[in-house]
Amino acid sequence: MNAPVQMRKPKETGVPDNKKYLHPVLAKNFGDWKYHDRPRPGVLHHVSHSGDEVWSVRAGTQRQMDVYTIRTLCDIADKFADGRVRFTIRSNIEYMVSDEKKVAPLIAELEKHGFPVGGTGNSVTMIAHTQGWLHCDIPGTDASGVVKALMDELIEEFKHEEMPNRVHMSTSCCEINCGGQADIAIIVQHTKPPVINHDLVANVCERPAVVARCPVAAIRPAMVNGKPSLEIDETKCMCCGACYPPCPPMQINDPENSKLAIWVGGKNSNARGKPTFMKMVASGLPNNAPRWPEVGAAVKNIISVYKADARPWERIADWIDRIGWPRFFEKTGLPFTKYLIDDWRGSRYNLNASTHIRF
Amino acid sequence: MAKKLHNTPNLDELEKGKWPSFVTGLKRLAKDKDIAVDLLGQLEASYKTRKGYWKGGTVGVFGYGGGVIPRFTELKNADGTAQFKDAAEFHTLRIMPPPGMHYDTATLRQFCDIWEKHGSGLIAFHGQSGDIMFQGCTTENVQKAFDEFNEMGFDLGGAGPAVRTSMSCVGAARCEQSCYNEAQAHRAVLNTFLDDLHRPSLPYKFKFKFSGCPNDCMNAIQRADMAVIGTWRDNIRTDEALAKKWFAKHGMDELVNDVVARCPTKTFQVKEIGKIKKGEHISSVAVSATHAVEIDNQDCVRCMHCINVMTGALAPGKDKGASVLVGGKSHLKIGGLMGTVVIPFIKLDTEEEVEVLVDFAQRTIDFFAENALEHERTGEMIERIGLANFLDAMEIDVDPAMISSPRMNPYVRTDGWDDEVAKIKAKKQA
Ligand code: HEM
Ligand code: SF4
Ligand code: SF4
Ligand code: SF4
Ligand code: SF4
Repeated sequence: MNAPVQMRKPKETGVPDNKKYLHPVLAKNFGDWKYHDRPRPGVLHHVSHSGDEVWSVRAGTQRQMDVYTIRTLCDIADKFADGRVRFTIRSNIEYMVSDEKKVAPLIAELEKHGFPVGGTGNSVTMIAHTQGWLHCDIPGTDASGVVKALMDELIEEFKHEEMPNRVHMSTSCCEINCGGQADIAIIVQHTKPPVINHDLVANVCERPAVVARCPVAAIRPAMVNGKPSLEIDETKCMCCGACYPPCPPMQINDPENSKLAIWVGGKNSNARGKPTFMKMVASGLPNNAPRWPEVGAAVKNIISVYKADARPWERIADWIDRIGWPRFFEKTGLPFTKYLIDDWRGSRYNLNASTHIRF
Repeated sequence: MAKKLHNTPNLDELEKGKWPSFVTGLKRLAKDKDIAVDLLGQLEASYKTRKGYWKGGTVGVFGYGGGVIPRFTELKNADGTAQFKDAAEFHTLRIMPPPGMHYDTATLRQFCDIWEKHGSGLIAFHGQSGDIMFQGCTTENVQKAFDEFNEMGFDLGGAGPAVRTSMSCVGAARCEQSCYNEAQAHRAVLNTFLDDLHRPSLPYKFKFKFSGCPNDCMNAIQRADMAVIGTWRDNIRTDEALAKKWFAKHGMDELVNDVVARCPTKTFQVKEIGKIKKGEHISSVAVSATHAVEIDNQDCVRCMHCINVMTGALAPGKDKGASVLVGGKSHLKIGGLMGTVVIPFIKLDTEEEVEVLVDFAQRTIDFFAENALEHERTGEMIERIGLANFLDAMEIDVDPAMISSPRMNPYVRTDGWDDEVAKIKAKKQA
């Protein structure tokens, strides 16, 4: 008998303490901040009750970073920011400095290395994104590439604070929507039912689990060519793709028929109105790698109409609340089709049960 | 030196433009690493055919059941060998970040060195659940890389039907709106459930998120099974110097149109100083020699708007804590659900108070583990059984702060009404 190989047991250390990573001024004034202002886009200036001040400089990154990029970001932190950084939820990096004089040279250094400074206040900040072709096993499109192409188009809005309120965007490469709720979201929308490879189903899929996964009960077990497989009632199927992750032989992705949809008006903050979910306002955009120009144009159009029309502090959801959906479709020029009328559960709440109509 | 780059005309297009390019970064890695050369090859193939070519599998580290996302290529030659053999295995390690995603450069550099040695050199800061995603590792090297990260004091994140990696906002470390110590609560809760995080055995995923105030920068309400969102009970605080400074800069039009008109309950008013009400629930502050703002805090829903606009002039109160909402999730399977209020207010100042939150989280997870159907999130479970039953099991009293309106249909059996009223009365007297 071979002696059993001694494996290293994991240390279940869990979430690490962040105290040693905090910038010294942040550690000293923990829980004691008084207010902040923004001396210029990309810079937050926080003042503590103790009188201490700190300037945070925010810059965009590509999120999927090579070690050389990360080391460059570290070099900048060592030079200007006491070797400390933090990341925002949207993959922006922040440098904290306690000396206002360091702000301008820090910005210059970041920009020299190609990191745009901005993403604060009423800007279009970095897009929250997912895995895509780079790393997911079910994607209908790429994520990092879509984001790169869009941010190239929107970089001036990232670097300035000229929007009525902040604009948070997300992309998702399947309808699972890992990218999450946003003021504007771009999400894959399949238009054809899965194509089943019946030779593989029996070996690869746990059939009852797949049947249970379908939101509209469109899947049933069936014998196909003498083998146990699954079949889809195509009149019921709404092409969500939920059956594909548990059963890869039910291929939902299609180079032509997997389209992109645009959703608007998601807001997680409780500020003013309650948080809102986003709503689908356009679909059928082509999955046109490598730069998705149709999606870029559609998003830029919505952003520019919003920028011109919304009042200060109106997020996209607040703006549409004021102007109403008919005007939203009119002003953006987006066609309002029957597919945008909700018929999922709870859908009557999304119909107009009043005579409140703007003419 | 690595092998020669494949032709990548599609990806090359993503090196154009001003935003930092992940393709340029991958090419930097590809100078030394065959795994990056072949990753670019496979990604270019996806761009050409508009198809993904990864499949899952089972890869993990000794002692844990989750936290590694296995990826094997599906792009095969006729003889079954991988078309891009050096990226044929391209697994991700999810590593949990410190609260607020703060780092020192020594740590980041050590991450880089480890990942250069054992992995592709590609790291995402961060995934949507909050993990540091170390992307691109062979099956053989997964354990080696993990061992080194783990020795640094970092641990794997969640995947599968498990407690998932969590996130907390910058909060108390740098934000004046913070209403509790987000980092403390984040660690106290998550580190209680490491077994449920590392060894997936729940009906489905369970996510916690921690935001320091109702601005909810972590997007907790829409994404977390349990959202802990800071708030306060007493009056909004005021600072006259900053209020006057704000008004001098912004003027009456902005005060009226941007703040008064946007207060959701219209409790925020601007008045001549002599007409300001006095009282235990009133906050007021002069903005000029003639005018002041007045907030009746009993009608304030703590939405944050006026505080966001006039930061410093107005601030959350001193009796701080959090609201706990349960059941948020994304589209699958019944459509998106927001978290809804289950604990209107909980103090989180002391360790004992944080323990009360941990205990509630523990009981929620236990209940979820026993009662949810397979593949059902907490929100779906509560929708199926009804909030009242969930509260009953959690031993939480019903509270009108949990609803946006009472029931609008008669379809309920109410023969226990008198008993319930008696119970409420008895509790009040006790
Ligand atoms: C089948 C393969 C799947 C893969 C490869 C996958 C991959 C991922 C990845 C990489 C993330 C970011 C994780 C992180 O931050 O560490 C993520 C987040 C997320 N996933 Fe998945 N996912 C899958 C299935 C699902 C399913 C079935 C659902 C929903 C039912 C889902 C919903 C989400 C959501 C909502 C997020 C965002 C989480 C948050 O904001 O907290 N995913 N997914
Ligand atoms: S959105 Fe869908 S395809 Fe994209 S990473 Fe998430 S699960 Fe994968
Ligand atoms: S795509 Fe969605 S609706 Fe169609 S069969 Fe699959 S799970 Fe059901
Ligand atoms: S959620 Fe509130 S406390 Fe936390 S960072 Fe955002 S504004 Fe600050
Ligand atoms: S925080 Fe209160 S007073 Fe201020 S705008 Fe919101 S509801 Fe009105």
